[in-house]
Amino acid sequence: MIELVNLKKQFYDKLVTKGVNLKIEDGTMICIIGRSGEGKSVLLKQIIGLIEPTSGQVLIDGKDTTNISERERDKLFEHFGYVFQFAALLDSLNVFENVGIKLLENGYSIKKVLPIVKEKLSMVQLKEDVLYKFPSELSGGMRKRVGLARTLITNPKVILYDEPTTGLDPITSRVIQELMSDMQKRLNLTSVIITHDINMFQYADKIALLHNGKIQSTCDAKTVWDSKDPYLYQFIRGLPNGPIQTEIPHAKDKF
Amino acid sequence: MIIKVVDFIGLYVLELCRSVGSFFLFLIKAVTTLFTTRLKVSKLFDQFERIGVSSLSVVILTGVSTGMALALQTYIGFQRVGGEQFIGSIVALGMIRELGPILTGLMVSGRAGSAITAEIGTMRITEQIDALKTLRLNTYQYLVVPRIVAGTLILPFLVLFTMIFGIIGGYIVCVYVLGLSSEDYINSIKDNVVLDDIKGGLIKSGFFGFLLTWVGTYKGYRTSGGARGVGKSTTSSVVTASILILTANYFLTKMLENI
Repeated sequence: MIELVNLKKQFYDKLVTKGVNLKIEDGTMICIIGRSGEGKSVLLKQIIGLIEPTSGQVLIDGKDTTNISERERDKLFEHFGYVFQFAALLDSLNVFENVGIKLLENGYSIKKVLPIVKEKLSMVQLKEDVLYKFPSELSGGMRKRVGLARTLITNPKVILYDEPTTGLDPITSRVIQELMSDMQKRLNLTSVIITHDINMFQYADKIALLHNGKIQSTCDAKTVWDSKDPYLYQFIRGLPNGPIQTEIPHAKDKF
Repeated sequence: MIIKVVDFIGLYVLELCRSVGSFFLFLIKAVTTLFTTRLKVSKLFDQFERIGVSSLSVVILTGVSTGMALALQTYIGFQRVGGEQFIGSIVALGMIRELGPILTGLMVSGRAGSAITAEIGTMRITEQIDALKTLRLNTYQYLVVPRIVAGTLILPFLVLFTMIFGIIGGYIVCVYVLGLSSEDYINSIKDNVVLDDIKGGLIKSGFFGFLLTWVGTYKGYRTSGGARGVGKSTTSSVVTASILILTANYFLTKMLENI
């Protein structure tokens, strides 16, 4: 189980996360939603240790990860995967090298790595003909799938997704969502998803709304559309009026 | 007003301390990684190619043009006192002891040091370094150590080329332009240049290679702020490496003189 306890992150004089408390049960899929600039990606990076929290705790199966050595952290996060918003593929390496990088860097031979890479690519519905293509030769959706395949090479128990469908067309978004859901079920993963995509809710177990640096509301994903929580109600329907204040003036006020 | 000035100076000093501290901590981590993990030999050779082989043409051109200009300038001065027969040794000693190492250091810093910063900086802002970290790969072992080791080892070889082509450039000017005797030029070098001169030049160049790759990797690794940030880091990398090379040159010369 992942547990965030009063997690705070300050950049210079700006407090981004102001005391996040959240429990994520094993084997569940949770969507963290919130307005742009709320600190969702910062929160996700704090979970995996890419950003050090200013204060608070990130507990993985009860163990605090904020005050441990790098070696202990490497061991604890060995089976954690992270899918980046723009895939973050190494642009000087081809698909085979990108997906197999962990094994290749750990001294495995190309002969051993190749079948594993092919297996992971087939899991994300990519054919072998992409093996020797470079990231610049791939579409956005393919890049995201290669990013996911790279994560699967670590045999993850937890995958953190940073806006996995942003910038994709509705059909590709749907394919990626189904792929994530399929992975979730087949590998019994815990998935933490930062998203603005309300279509993702149908695959999720839980929704958490990050507002004003804190988890404002949580809700069962199946009943999110029936929720009477004013914050959730406003956010998922994209209403300009409500408890979530917008700095952008309404169109009618502009003119 | 006074409080504002004190505040500004205080902030500047704090920022300077933070930057210098971060610079040295980066090096400590790189050195620790070098001695505690396996050196990636394939990446090392890749960097030899990128820093060394790719810089060869620039280095040869630098050597030839500097040697030619040095010979010409020396001739103008020495003919007044009838010392033309010493031009060979002046060119050779100048190229071997000072100009070869320092000009190669500056040229490679501009060519390869900036490329190192731009490449690692781009990897930083496009989250490629973060991706390596999430895969639990050692980013210092993967990105930093091979570049610093390659830079330190390859620069003396590049400097050897600068030295040789500088002397050849001087020879061309002396013999074919100024009409001096070929024997005078060669004998002057044979009589006045000793192995310690070459050794000193090569030690210095190894240190310059270390400096320019250290600065290059550090500036790239600490890049932030998008495309503009990469541009700023790259410029800063070349400026910092050049200043460090020029400053270190004096102290290294003094130190090597006493050994």
